[in-house]
Amino acid sequence: MRPEQQGIEVAVLVSVGRHPITGRARRADQDARGLELALGLERRLPGSRVSLLHAGPHAEENEAALRGYLGMSAGTGLDTLTLLEQAEGSDAIPVLAEHLAAAPPQLVITGARAERGEGSGLLPYALAERLGWPLVNGLAAVEKVENGVATLLQALPRGQRRRLKVRLPAIVSVDGAAPAARQSAFGPARRGELAAIPVSAEPDRELAEWQLDPARKRPKRLKIVKAASARDRFKAAAAKAEGGSGQVLEGVSAEQGAEAILKLLNEEGVLR
Amino acid sequence: MSEIRRRDPRREWIARNRLHPAHASALAVLGEGAAAVEWMGPNGLIRKNPRAIGFIGPNGVKRIDRSGVQQGGQAGSTSRLAAQDRRRRVEIPDPTFMVAVVPELSGGRLSGHDKDLLGLARRLADADPERPGAVLAVVFGEHKEEALGEAGIDRLLHLEDDAYAGFAPEARLAALCAVERELAPRHWLLPDSPLGGADLGRRLALRLNEGRGERPATGVWHVEADSGAPLGWRCTARGAAERLDIQRPLPRLALALAECAEPVDETLHAAEPLRLEGTLPSPFSRIEDLGQVAVDPAGVALAEAEFILSAGNGVTDWEGFHHAAGVLGATEGASRVAVDDGFMARDRQVGATGTWVTARVYLAVGISGAIQHLQGIQSCDKVVAINLDPGCDMIKRADLAVIGDSAEILAALVAKVEQQRGGQRDAA
Repeated sequence: MRPEQQGIEVAVLVSVGRHPITGRARRADQDARGLELALGLERRLPGSRVSLLHAGPHAEENEAALRGYLGMSAGTGLDTLTLLEQAEGSDAIPVLAEHLAAAPPQLVITGARAERGEGSGLLPYALAERLGWPLVNGLAAVEKVENGVATLLQALPRGQRRRLKVRLPAIVSVDGAAPAARQSAFGPARRGELAAIPVSAEPDRELAEWQLDPARKRPKRLKIVKAASARDRFKAAAAKAEGGSGQVLEGVSAEQGAEAILKLLNEEGVLR
Repeated sequence: MSEIRRRDPRREWIARNRLHPAHASALAVLGEGAAAVEWMGPNGLIRKNPRAIGFIGPNGVKRIDRSGVQQGGQAGSTSRLAAQDRRRRVEIPDPTFMVAVVPELSGGRLSGHDKDLLGLARRLADADPERPGAVLAVVFGEHKEEALGEAGIDRLLHLEDDAYAGFAPEARLAALCAVERELAPRHWLLPDSPLGGADLGRRLALRLNEGRGERPATGVWHVEADSGAPLGWRCTARGAAERLDIQRPLPRLALALAECAEPVDETLHAAEPLRLEGTLPSPFSRIEDLGQVAVDPAGVALAEAEFILSAGNGVTDWEGFHHAAGVLGATEGASRVAVDDGFMARDRQVGATGTWVTARVYLAVGISGAIQHLQGIQSCDKVVAINLDPGCDMIKRADLAVIGDSAEILAALVAKVEQQRGGQRDAA
């Protein structure tokens, strides 16, 4: 019997990003990748539904950035973005947790960290802790969803991937390894609806106490040489990066050369 | 009678005159042999023979090496021993508090990031010399690191269990919570790196925080003492996609960036093994790890590929090269010449004008090593070169160089790899 693949409810949490050079509000890169992933999932699993969720103030420049996400929806069933309206500087976590708990989707996709504010990357973890759902970070792809269990690909450093099975409902966070987001089209962005729901929010007092400054350039680490003698200090200062310590095989047959290379490859463990 | 030192001025004169035919024998009779550099004079003064210092270099010219390495085998080794002993041994039998560190141990060894983090932990632990704290390292799974004590670890909690292998955040979190209950460290430090601490640290932070409203610090890169803060420290952390510096009191749990502090290098610590008294809970895991997936090496970005097979002007058999890359499971790279001649795509170019690669093993076939290319492979660990010209720059850079025809050597390598794989399959 063919395993049953049915559609699932996916909620994508989106935030207002910040362009790295101009500093203008835009759709956040990681969140847009998350939405791209969700839209791909909707296409593969008929009957899936994607909803967009944002908590924050309803201001002019934010709206333009949020409509950027709706602009990705051309040809899909997505046409509204739920905006949990709260004052600037409020804590988004309790509001989002409450909203998600009231109508739980099966999969929540978020970016790994925000481009504004604290940007600590704690939100997915805080939501997972509050809702008691499992969390997977660094998602690269959703392979399949069947019988309430999702098979995911997690991105590891060096382009490697790991396959995980997660029981739904779950929260997944997306970083730069996920597929790049499609362009945002202007028409669907204009036509899309921002459904604002005013919520009571508590201000984020802890953040208000901290001192926020534009990032200073981090000091470059100096190479400190602790040498006993003047000669050691001189050698450390004048040393070239490469010492000619390599092994050179000259006048050997191709077989012997290949043997030596194979030995090194096996030692390093790069052959799979 | 024999107590009285008698001088023989003539023999001393001969000993001073190194051109005298009896010079060596005079030195030998004076008791210190040919290498007598210092001796006690008759009046109790230390006498030195400056001409006995040094050695005759390869061109017949006298050389003096003041480092003490080549003066004589014994002198060098003792000075090296002294250099090791200069590091202070530190034992902290009953610490006032604990600073817990969970190193990422990528590849089973302490990374540079881990060492920086341990350096930061040492700063926190040693702030008050009257009441020192101990640095506790919690290590999951097997490790190959032998220099744990040198990195500044006082206590080592080694948790070996299959449950912690692979992606097992829930099991690891349960273990860390057990550590928290039993040892109650004053500080928790984790690396803010994708492989290890970034995920586990955030999970732990929220688990520790239940009830208390303290938020962990992430992306910490600077810590300084501040008597006004609850724990006595202030930290500076990166926020908002590296765009903000957040200054705040240091919370109990901090995720620190690389180069947050200097690594430990002046002291040796005990790395005493520690055990948890209670049994560790084995939580029901909702995440199942199915293991790593075979990734198409051609699809891996060149900048982050682990194993690169790179071709240059010396490659003539391109079919064989692509076949070799496929068999070895290597990502293909190329030098600028190979790209300009149209044999490889532009996005495969390695070097200053192409991609700066970070491979662990870089196998350069027929690349002579222009300086731009060598810049691009600066951060590779092992470089293997196959080239016809034994004098080229790539050979000087390479850890292993084979001089010969690249096509033949690659073909032999492919045959050997296939044979090895075939053997494994037969054995399995």
